[in-house]
Amino acid sequence: MDVTALPPIARGPSLADRLREWLPAAVVFVGALVAWELVVRVFSIQQFILPRPLAIFDAWRAHFAEITSAAAYTLTEVIGGLLIGVIGGLLAGAVTARFAGFRESVMPFAVAVNSIPIIAFAPVFNNLFGLDKQLSKMMVAAALCFFPVMINTVRGLLSAPAATIELMRSYAATDLEIFVKVRVPAAVPYVFTALRVSATLATIGAVIGEYFGAPKVSLGQYIVTYTSYLNFERSWAAIIYACAMGIGLYVLVVLAERLVAPWAADRSAPRG
Amino acid sequence: MTEAVPSRPESAASRTPSATGLVVELGGVSKVFGSGPTATSRVQALSQVDLTIRKGEFVSLIGPSGCGKSTLLRVVGDLTPVTEGTVLVNGKPAERARRDRDYGMVFQAPVLFDWRTVQRNVELPLEITGMPGPKRAARAREMLDLVELGEFTGHQPWQLSGGMQQRVAIARALALGPAILLMDEPFGALDEMTRERMNLELLRIWERTGTTVVFVTHSIPEAVFLSTRVVVMSARPGRITDIIDIDLPRRRDVETRELDRYFELVTSVREALRRGERTSPVGAARIRAEGLSG
Repeated sequence: MDVTALPPIARGPSLADRLREWLPAAVVFVGALVAWELVVRVFSIQQFILPRPLAIFDAWRAHFAEITSAAAYTLTEVIGGLLIGVIGGLLAGAVTARFAGFRESVMPFAVAVNSIPIIAFAPVFNNLFGLDKQLSKMMVAAALCFFPVMINTVRGLLSAPAATIELMRSYAATDLEIFVKVRVPAAVPYVFTALRVSATLATIGAVIGEYFGAPKVSLGQYIVTYTSYLNFERSWAAIIYACAMGIGLYVLVVLAERLVAPWAADRSAPRG
Repeated sequence: MTEAVPSRPESAASRTPSATGLVVELGGVSKVFGSGPTATSRVQALSQVDLTIRKGEFVSLIGPSGCGKSTLLRVVGDLTPVTEGTVLVNGKPAERARRDRDYGMVFQAPVLFDWRTVQRNVELPLEITGMPGPKRAARAREMLDLVELGEFTGHQPWQLSGGMQQRVAIARALALGPAILLMDEPFGALDEMTRERMNLELLRIWERTGTTVVFVTHSIPEAVFLSTRVVVMSARPGRITDIIDIDLPRRRDVETRELDRYFELVTSVREALRRGERTSPVGAARIRAEGLSG
């Protein structure tokens, strides 16, 4: 019996293991902040070149309500854009995967578009959907997310090996059953890969979109305004919000993936 | 067309034999891949194959790569349409047999779904038949007990060794109680030790279920050890060149591999393969089993 060769069911690392895993990164992070603070102080670097972390922190505390409401405004655009782009990408991907004609005609186009800097269209989108409207930034974010999601949806839905489809055919399964029980689960890890990219892209899209025109109560305009006033601490405080947004959404996607598709995340043992 | 079907006690576990007791009837089956006017754009994968398989038989298809043995298996399983000829399974057209879920398929790769536990993998075909949950779970556990994986129902497929994964695939194939089990080099990716153990395991399962088995392999010892008949095929075009009855004692175990008769049969299969290679492809008198098998 090859039963003896069986690895135990992975229970996941313990809390102590997790802490130990994160410790080096935390040390580097804190160390970098300290070094930054010291370098600026020791070399007397001007605040308009590089403000000190503590000065940024002070600016953030002093203008907390203002910066936070700007961040909330921008976050709405990011999430709206993500929803539009991801839902659109999933639908377009499903249709493209289903019909061979679309696969051949649309996919090369989608792959080509995916490699151009869509962000360049940000001012055009502002013009199209309203300079002071959240919709225009949502559309920039959505356009950035759409193509990676669509492409990975197509690839994922077509990733099921031929033998799995034949297996289902041998059970006289319908196309719908094959789609639901084989193609969709096989696509899930692909889609999550696209979602991780999208979380970052949507944040970039919204903030850049705001650079080209938005109400004052938005992170993009906040950054632009206080940069022009040479008040870099306040710009930096807003930039850090934008960074936190991108990282936070990314982490949410990773956590969701572990929940929805644990087989893709913690497949520790190689296939026999 | 073919003959000398070894007698085998009928098992109660199998279902719906056709009136004649024939599970597979192939008549003049040809398969051409590709289409086009020129011969180069077409590949004759099978040429005029006749074969009948009785209920409860264990038939191996053996031959060099490109001889169409996998194609023949897929033709029987209605996964590849034939260009010419008739394919009857349980006395009905292969497509009807597939719709009736008469087949259990096992491929060279286990083809397990990572997003399902071992038990839920075995339940998959039962889900498609619409069997209610509790009954499904009980049936899946029964099948996993049969392949001696009863303790691993809650594991993920990738936590099992290659041999164990293939046993899960066999349990899944048997879940619907198929009239015929089609196996396409199921142990080809396993190491020799595991493979021999799996051979014994498969014979035990075959005895207990009474299922008819069609087994594609490129291993001569494996074909002889497992089968009641070995169908020898040859390439370009793919055709049957010989059928050899394996008249070893019904109960086979590790000692079977040491019998003189076992070695004789291994030799005669090997010679039949060599003869098949020598015969000229087109219009070669297809050697029927009559004159050749013991």
